[in-house]
Amino acid sequence: MNKTVLDVKNLSIQYKTDLETVYAVNGISFSLEAGETLGLVGETGAGKTTTALGILGLLPERTARITGGEILLKEQDLLKLKEQEMQKVRGSRISMIFQDPMTALNPVLPIGQQIGEALYLHNDEGLTQKQIEQRVEETLELVGIPKARKVEYPHQFSGGMRQRVVIAIALICNPDILVADEPTTALDVTIQAQILTIIRDLQKKYKTTVIMITHDLGVVAETCDKVGVMYGGKIVEYGALEDIFTDKEHHPYTEGLFRSLPSLTGNSRRLQPIEGLMPDPTVKPEGCWFAPRCGQCMEICKKEAPPVWEDDAHKIRCHLFHQKAKGGE
Amino acid sequence: MGGSVVNKKNSRTWEQIAEFWRRFRKNKSAVVGLVILLLLVGMALFADLIVPYSKCVEQVGVERLQTPSTAHFFGTDEFGRDLFARVVHGSRYSLFIGVATSLMALVCGAILGASAGYFGGMVDNLICRIVDVFMCVPPILLSLAVVAALGTSVRNLIIAITISCIPGNVRLIRSVVLTASEQDYVEAARSYGASNARIIFRYVLPNAMGPIIVNTTMSIASMILSAAGLSFIGMGIQPPSPEWGALLSAAQTYIFTSPYLLVFPGIFIILSSLSFNLVGDGLTDALDPKLKD
Amino acid sequence: MMGENLIEVKHLKKYFTTSSGMLHAVDDVSFSIEKGKTMGVVGESGCGKSTLGRTLLCLETPMAGEILFHGQDIAKMPKREMKKLRPKMQMIFQDPYASLNGRMNVRQLIAEPLLVNKVCTSRAEVDERVNKMMDTVGLASRLAMAYPHELDGGRRQRIGIARALVLEPEFVVCDEPVSALDVSIQAQILNLLMDLQETMGLTYMFITHDLSAVRHISDEIMVMYLGKCVEKADAKKIFIEPKHPYTKALLEAIPIPSIESRKKERKLLAGEVTSPVNPAPGCRFAARCAMAAEECKKEDIPLSEIKEGHYAACKRAAAP
Repeated sequence: MNKTVLDVKNLSIQYKTDLETVYAVNGISFSLEAGETLGLVGETGAGKTTTALGILGLLPERTARITGGEILLKEQDLLKLKEQEMQKVRGSRISMIFQDPMTALNPVLPIGQQIGEALYLHNDEGLTQKQIEQRVEETLELVGIPKARKVEYPHQFSGGMRQRVVIAIALICNPDILVADEPTTALDVTIQAQILTIIRDLQKKYKTTVIMITHDLGVVAETCDKVGVMYGGKIVEYGALEDIFTDKEHHPYTEGLFRSLPSLTGNSRRLQPIEGLMPDPTVKPEGCWFAPRCGQCMEICKKEAPPVWEDDAHKIRCHLFHQKAKGGE
Repeated sequence: MGGSVVNKKNSRTWEQIAEFWRRFRKNKSAVVGLVILLLLVGMALFADLIVPYSKCVEQVGVERLQTPSTAHFFGTDEFGRDLFARVVHGSRYSLFIGVATSLMALVCGAILGASAGYFGGMVDNLICRIVDVFMCVPPILLSLAVVAALGTSVRNLIIAITISCIPGNVRLIRSVVLTASEQDYVEAARSYGASNARIIFRYVLPNAMGPIIVNTTMSIASMILSAAGLSFIGMGIQPPSPEWGALLSAAQTYIFTSPYLLVFPGIFIILSSLSFNLVGDGLTDALDPKLKD
Repeated sequence: MMGENLIEVKHLKKYFTTSSGMLHAVDDVSFSIEKGKTMGVVGESGCGKSTLGRTLLCLETPMAGEILFHGQDIAKMPKREMKKLRPKMQMIFQDPYASLNGRMNVRQLIAEPLLVNKVCTSRAEVDERVNKMMDTVGLASRLAMAYPHELDGGRRQRIGIARALVLEPEFVVCDEPVSALDVSIQAQILNLLMDLQETMGLTYMFITHDLSAVRHISDEIMVMYLGKCVEKADAKKIFIEPKHPYTKALLEAIPIPSIESRKKERKLLAGEVTSPVNPAPGCRFAARCAMAAEECKKEDIPLSEIKEGHYAACKRAAAP
């Protein structure tokens, strides 16, 4: 029916320095169809941003190594492309929205020029100067900025408006895939709601595939179709929005994450945090990364990496469910 | 009771010094720099044991402009004086001038620059405008004026060079202090009542140390050369005192016929500058806990 | 209800001079905090909530108004006397990375307030109090010689808390203490703050932009918009029946982590926060308010009691 646009298979990325090796991403897989939104949720150091940079081919060259896996964009392996070919893909077929709109724009260029830049660089359709101008104006209106403001400079815009400009830059070439790395974290809640609405509306209009990277489960609930919960560079739970946000089986980390959120309605005053610390990414544990913090940790969890338990499209990487499945058989 | 407290404090200081040394040692080039520096300082301290001072000033007409040999390691100059002896004894003047002027310029620059950067407003304005005035005058002219006013002597030479060097230091320190004092931890210190002096010396300056140390060690070599410049026009060390810079300028005349006259003092100026830089780099790294291990 | 007021703020004003005019950071704010209670201050960036906290601790000099601490006006207090009160009022900072001096180790960082205020007579006493404090906030004693850059955000914030509490203050301003932390760690720190409040009898002012976090820790909540307090009420009540249109919009905008939130059509707040520089008279929120009438733009609207203990600065809120 729908064609797969992006297929990431078993991707692993490490950062190597003289002193240590950081295991940032350890074999993650997911696939996306046109118009879908995948939410990658996780805390600091879970490997979300590294995954995004890997897909865009923007990993720091000096230290980062892709140690395995494939990234297929419409059946073309991006990891096998040369840097020059990758440059053509970037910006026109995959583009990115960055977290901090304050630093993502060049302060000495008017925003109209910055939006048009991507189109100049990837001018496959042979657009004239005038047509490009027109596209810039259209895109500006789409993100809710009056076109007369295209001659203004970034400092004349507020944070929310700048994020709109960043979105316009990302969308002007009508990419297949939009990677949004914490697009609203730096913004106020009322502005966040506006920006999320814009991203959602534009996505519907253009059938863009979006990878939404965030730590906020609320943002995921509002924008995503599929969810991948990341911990220690792995997707520990993957499924449709309904799989993750309803009372089904869950990975203990996902449960902990939901429990630790301060709620707007409940009556208890105390919160239920996940005890312990984030895992040290320089040490690759033998067993499950979450084992030291897990309340349901078993002997096997410390020794063997957990296999994936599947229930249709709902996947959980945990020993717990395999034990249950075995018991049931 | 009191005794044990003091002891504990002492042992902690020793621990810190040991820790500092352990980290300094890790930086191989800094250790090389330190060895060279110690050799140079040793040479200056024990100059009389290495070669008597009389050799520096003894003029032997027949032996003028001789190339290096076993009798004269570095050859002789136009008056037949032994260049090796002159270089060895010259280290006393040059190292002393270099270190003394750099340190004095550092202290003055730190006080003025830190107050300008930390307090801002009127204080900043006042200090910066005065510095601007000084910066309009070329440094060599400034030192010249000072020496001319105070008279020629080693002490006045040091004062003159220091003064010409302060404006640059003030500017640099002001800018690094400005960045360092905008940090949240300075605000935090204020919130629990730390005094301005404590904030400047415990919070702002230690965090602004890196560029300051690099600048100071770099300036030592240029100080030696400024002293040479002044000596050259007769406003610095008076002949026949063997100062490295003076040796360099005297050798200019013979640059094509007897290049070794230029080479040997040159090598020592470079060595001293290099060793100070390497040690300065090592110091910066060893003092920064972020670069631990 | 009849607890003693530890902090009382009356008509506090703090303006900053900028090149384009007067920036009204805190504009005529009054409130009081009972001993042992927590006042949550909520608002978006630029609403003056941080300035309010800093002014309460006299890190900024207020332009007008009174700050009563135990009934004493500290706004006009001479510096020397203020110095004596400093240890009683402390602050926990937002960014656990920037607010710790990277040149000091954990022990030095926590000992610093003790040394600055000369509260201890001997080195041994300092050590003892530092060790006790580290234990209280859950920092293992083996970390005493560690430097902040070697620790994660959660532990760093524990250092920040220990540093603020080592002087045994009565009043603590928490300026977004958890917003730089991950959710699972955030919950740990919030619990710790609540535990410490109970054991040490602390009074908090909890500044944040995160409504869900503030609900858990606060007894009373004050919503700020462009330097003005627009609504003030009991923490539970304000979530159930918000009165001011801004508070309503704020609650509406929070993305809720549940599957139902998707289906709900939300009323989005249009426009952006207007400039706090030389604000026009009238309700500051009028420009974005869907219910704004002509009269809202004419004169400042004072905070008025709508229900018992529930105050809002809105003409429409009072009407049924």
